[in-house]
Formats: sequence, structure tokens, C-alpha cells
Amino acid sequence: MMVDKTVLWTVIPAMAVGTYLIRFSFLGFLGATPLPGWLRRALRYTAVAVLPGLVAPAVLWPAATGGEPDPARLMAALATLVVGFATRSMLPAIFAGAATLYAVQALLA
Amino acid sequence: MNDPTPVATPAFLRGLRQSVPFLVVMMPFGMLFGVLGTEAGLTMFEVVAFSLTVFAGASQFAALQMMQDQAPVWAIFATAMAVNLRLLMYSVALTPHLGAAPLGTRAVIAYFLVDQSFAQSIAEYTRRPEMTMPEKTAFFFGAVLPVTVMWFATSVAGAGMGQIIPPEYALDFALPITFLAMVAPMLRSRAELAAAVVSVAGTLALIRLPYGTGLLVAAGLAMAAGVLVENMTDRKAAP
Repeated sequence: MMVDKTVLWTVIPAMAVGTYLIRFSFLGFLGATPLPGWLRRALRYTAVAVLPGLVAPAVLWPAATGGEPDPARLMAALATLVVGFATRSMLPAIFAGAATLYAVQALLA
Repeated sequence: MNDPTPVATPAFLRGLRQSVPFLVVMMPFGMLFGVLGTEAGLTMFEVVAFSLTVFAGASQFAALQMMQDQAPVWAIFATAMAVNLRLLMYSVALTPHLGAAPLGTRAVIAYFLVDQSFAQSIAEYTRRPEMTMPEKTAFFFGAVLPVTVMWFATSVAGAGMGQIIPPEYALDFALPITFLAMVAPMLRSRAELAAAVVSVAGTLALIRLPYGTGLLVAAGLAMAAGVLVENMTDRKAAP
């Protein structure tokens, strides 16, 4: 699905300003203000809290197969997770996922 | 002459040297953003503008995915900000080290505050507590310069490549694989696992809500789950 240009040019500046303000916040004007402990803890979980949920629907019901679960994509997702977890590193995980996706697709074709 | 540069040069060079391993990770990441951006219909200029002004890969990938799914603008923005909230933690953690720098310098540092520069700098400041503030600043810029150049250059290269890659390569799945590959190494403790599980379960359970809303609610619950499990583990570990 192609990205709508009006949406794109609303999202880019908004994200640019918002992201900069997050970065500048403490360094720039909050300086010595301490962050409450519970918030500091919660912030550490932002990535693991957002990204898995973001990909879950695309893994289970990919748009490319019309929303039907696809063995190649499911296996690829599993391989990526297992290798990423075992190696603690992103690149081997990406390669494992891509290799599995193409291998299973070729086998089932 | 009261020029701080001679003192800070070794620190800058140390930053440059230590950033080399990060370059290897950055290369395919930037490339992928360029490729997927073009596949989603972005022009080379739009890909570069996106990377230059936002300069936060994970949120750019997230926004790209959601824009293709026709999510409403506010949901895209909210999700991107949620992904970037970790930068707030970096800003907090660097303030004791760099907070005394001039406002202009801090404004520039803020723009360059990314995962790599933060991880590298905080490790170095901990290793060498004797560093002065100008040295710390110089190290920071040394660490982030190569990564920045690599991120922009590979975004451009990827955007060039994206125009020639045919659709049968199942590139729709490159984004999910990238996100999973980013998340899997982060799952180091039960708390992180709990957060990830709640994130997935919550999003799937709330899939009927307007696009993006379920994800945001699930992310909030997942962060709470992470903190909760961490607190429980702490209590068990305490004597």
C-alpha cells in the first residue's frame, strides 16, 4: 500500500519536532530535575512494550497473503526470534529470518 | 589562546575508534530503511528528509509500517513517540555528564542522541570517571559522527536500490523481521519477556479497536507488566 503524501508530510515534521523535544528535555531545560523512580523503570520497557505488538498482526495475518496465516512468514518470525535471543545480536537474527522466509517459500512453491 | 580542542582531541579520536563495530550494524539498517521507504512510495528526497530530521530508525520503521496500513495520523505520531520514549531515559542519564556544557552545544548533542552514541558514551564515562566535561563532549561527537554519516549514506543507497528490487522478494516481511531482530536480543530478563508477551497478547486482543489504539493500550499495559515483574523479582532477590 502506497503512503499518502499529505499523511507523510504531516508525520515527518511532527515526529521530527516531537523526537527532538524528547532528546532535548532533560539535557536542555529540565537539567537537575530527577525523574521519579517508577517512571525511570517504566521507560526502560518502551521498546519491548511497543515493537512486539506492532509486528504481531503482520506476522499472523500478513497483508501480502490477503490476511491468511502464511507458513513461510510464521517460520521466518520464529527463526528471527530464536536466533536473536540466542546470539543477543540483531544481524544474525535478520539473516536467519530472511533465509528461513525464502527457504520455506521455495519449498512450498 | 583558550582553545579546548587540543585537550579534547584524544577523546574525540577514541570515540571515533570505538564506533567502528556500530557501523557494521548500522549499514544494513539504513539500507533497509531506504529500500522499504521507496517500496512504500517515498521519493529519495522524502527518505532522506525523514532520516535527517527524525534520525531515530526504530520509530521511522514503525511510522512507515503504520502509514502503509492507513492508520490515522495521531496514532502514527503517538506510536512513534512511544518508541522514542527511551530517548528520554538517555537524556536523563547524560545530564550529569554533559549538563554543564553551553546551551548551544547541548542543543546539538540532543539532535545526535541515538542508541549508539548513548550506549558508547555512557560506557566510556563509567570506565573513565576522570574525564572532564569538554573531553566527554568530544568523545560523544567522535562516537556519533561515523554512525551519522553511515545512517544517511546507507539510507540514500537503499532508496536507490529500492527502485530496482522486484516485488516477489516478499519485502513486506522485512519490517516485521527487523523489529523482531531488534527485540529478541533485548529479552534478557523475565520482566522484559513479560512486557513483550503482554504487548503481543494485548494488541491481538484489542485488534478490533480503531487502528493503532489497541497497540497503544497494549504498550501501556506491557510497560506496567515489565515494572511489576521487575519489582517482584527484586523482592525475591532481596535477603
